[in-house]
Amino acid sequence: MEAVAKSYNHRNQPVTALAGVTLHIPKGDFVAVVGPSGSGKSTLLLTLGGMLSPSHGQVFLDGCSLYDLSPEQRARLRRKKIGFLFQTFNLVAYLSAIENVQLPLFLAGMEERDQRVKAESLLERVGLADWLDHKPSELSVGQQQRVALARMPANDPVVILADEPTGSLDPDTSEDVLDFLQELNREGRTIVMVTHYPAAAQRAKRTVKLVSGRIRLDETISTIEPARDGQKDVI
Amino acid sequence: MQLRNLVCRELFERRNQLGTSFLAILLGITAIVAIKNVTFYSEKAVAKELDALGANILILPKSATLQGYYSADMQEEEFPEEYVTRLATSDLQGLDNLSPKLCVPIAVEGKSLTLTGILPRNEFQAKAAWQGAGIFARPQGCGTTSIRLPLASKETLVRKRVIETLGEREALVGADVAESLGVKQGDEVKLLGKTFTVIAVLPQTGTVDDSRVFAHLHTVQELAGKGRVVNAIEVVGCCSQISKGLVQKINKLLPDAKVVTITQVVDTQIRTNRMMSHLSGVFLVIIVLVGGASTANYMYANVFERRREIGTLMAMGADSSLILRMFLLKALLLGLAGGIGGYLLGSVLAIALGPRIAGIPVLPMPLLLLWAVGLSVAIAVVASYLPARRAARLDPCVTLQEI
Repeated sequence: MEAVAKSYNHRNQPVTALAGVTLHIPKGDFVAVVGPSGSGKSTLLLTLGGMLSPSHGQVFLDGCSLYDLSPEQRARLRRKKIGFLFQTFNLVAYLSAIENVQLPLFLAGMEERDQRVKAESLLERVGLADWLDHKPSELSVGQQQRVALARMPANDPVVILADEPTGSLDPDTSEDVLDFLQELNREGRTIVMVTHYPAAAQRAKRTVKLVSGRIRLDETISTIEPARDGQKDVI
Repeated sequence: MQLRNLVCRELFERRNQLGTSFLAILLGITAIVAIKNVTFYSEKAVAKELDALGANILILPKSATLQGYYSADMQEEEFPEEYVTRLATSDLQGLDNLSPKLCVPIAVEGKSLTLTGILPRNEFQAKAAWQGAGIFARPQGCGTTSIRLPLASKETLVRKRVIETLGEREALVGADVAESLGVKQGDEVKLLGKTFTVIAVLPQTGTVDDSRVFAHLHTVQELAGKGRVVNAIEVVGCCSQISKGLVQKINKLLPDAKVVTITQVVDTQIRTNRMMSHLSGVFLVIIVLVGGASTANYMYANVFERRREIGTLMAMGADSSLILRMFLLKALLLGLAGGIGGYLLGSVLAIALGPRIAGIPVLPMPLLLLWAVGLSVAIAVVASYLPARRAARLDPCVTLQEI
């Protein structure tokens, strides 16, 4: 991100969500974005994901300026390279667990039979092999988040953007989710995670603290091994 | 997972929510199909009735008085035979058999009879100028019987009041005449000093036709010394064209003639048709307004309710055209279901109520299925377009309510 600013009007009051944020995230990094409520964490995440155009500045992904692309081109890019994980899971209520995981595969144009095979293996990976045809309302909160976890890497994204992924979960399930994110990170995926929880932030390689839309702290956690050699910046 | 699965799953899982708009379309289509179905068979039945009556329009001299339909030509006023040519070469739609007549009172063996000159149809066909004038081409939807009847058929003259061929010295005699003169088919009879062969004795009709002798118009004109004149022209007018003002058009073409029709029957038909047509129109407006508004309202609510889902799909890479297609496909399915359901219900209603309301048997009309589905789909898709476009243009950030 280069000098990214985002402001908007809320009830006729100007609000500055991001105020000139510059942030370089190398490939394979695991960044925890922390800060108080209203500091611009979610805005930063959506801007990184090509979902929210900045008022000023530019966002690059693999050297490509996201907001110089048309909305359709950005949608295509999200389909191929970005996976989202939401605090409220955002599962489609009328679809079963497997159908929810199939969604990104359908959007990517995969054949129906292949979709099902891949979705099954993803759900098996998160321990939901016996819950394939259950709707979200028939699953526990932890199981719902696991469906969301299975859906997230379905299209094999290089970047995963997670917004408070443990916000609605009990400690044990939170640990499972963080383990899964670390596992995905070890596979070489870049992860940016917004969180309120210091314990969750400590699972990342790097912590960025936002206050009033500005970066106040950007530190690499020493206990976590740094990005592998030869990896270039992706964001 | 395909787009159709996604749409069908949502439709099926939330079917209760679209109940009102589906019902509005279903009932509207049902009513229109039922009315159109009954109207079609009602028109057909009346057209058949009119056809059975024979000619339904009379063209008379301006000063003639109409005492009775079957004796309309039995008066002394005359007009030129050339009027027939004018009618035949006009571009009027819905004219069928033209039958010019000239009546001459005669006495045979001391008995008073009427000699009626008629023009056989082959005389029309022989005139090149009348070819293609549409006189013998049956307009669509008339619902009358086939024009091609056996040559010199007795039924032809009685029912259609026209005959295919008639020789110069050939005659057809009414039932009463045959009885009083004691003649039968193949006999000879002397009329106005000339001998004629009886080619047929007409069946009893209970009208003045039973006391007539029919011969070729030009022979009667010659024997009576009348020149090329006639007393009346009988016309089989297509019922639907009569309701569209055929009588007035003939009046305009022949301003010196009087044009009358079997008003009672035709007026009833006109009134029925007009009422059904208006009723059908009213229902059409209602279904477009109520069905359209209800569908649009439902779709707007559906888009609002699903904005988080739309945002999620967009976050996963769905573009706006996919979101638009998702909602329009849903509208298409809603329209298809409403159209097919409406057609089935409407047909059942028409079959059940047709005999009670209109006193006629009603059969289902497959053509109405296309009409019903087309209308229903058009209403659903057009009404859903703006909500669908709104969904496609939603800001994914706002829909996710993450800011």
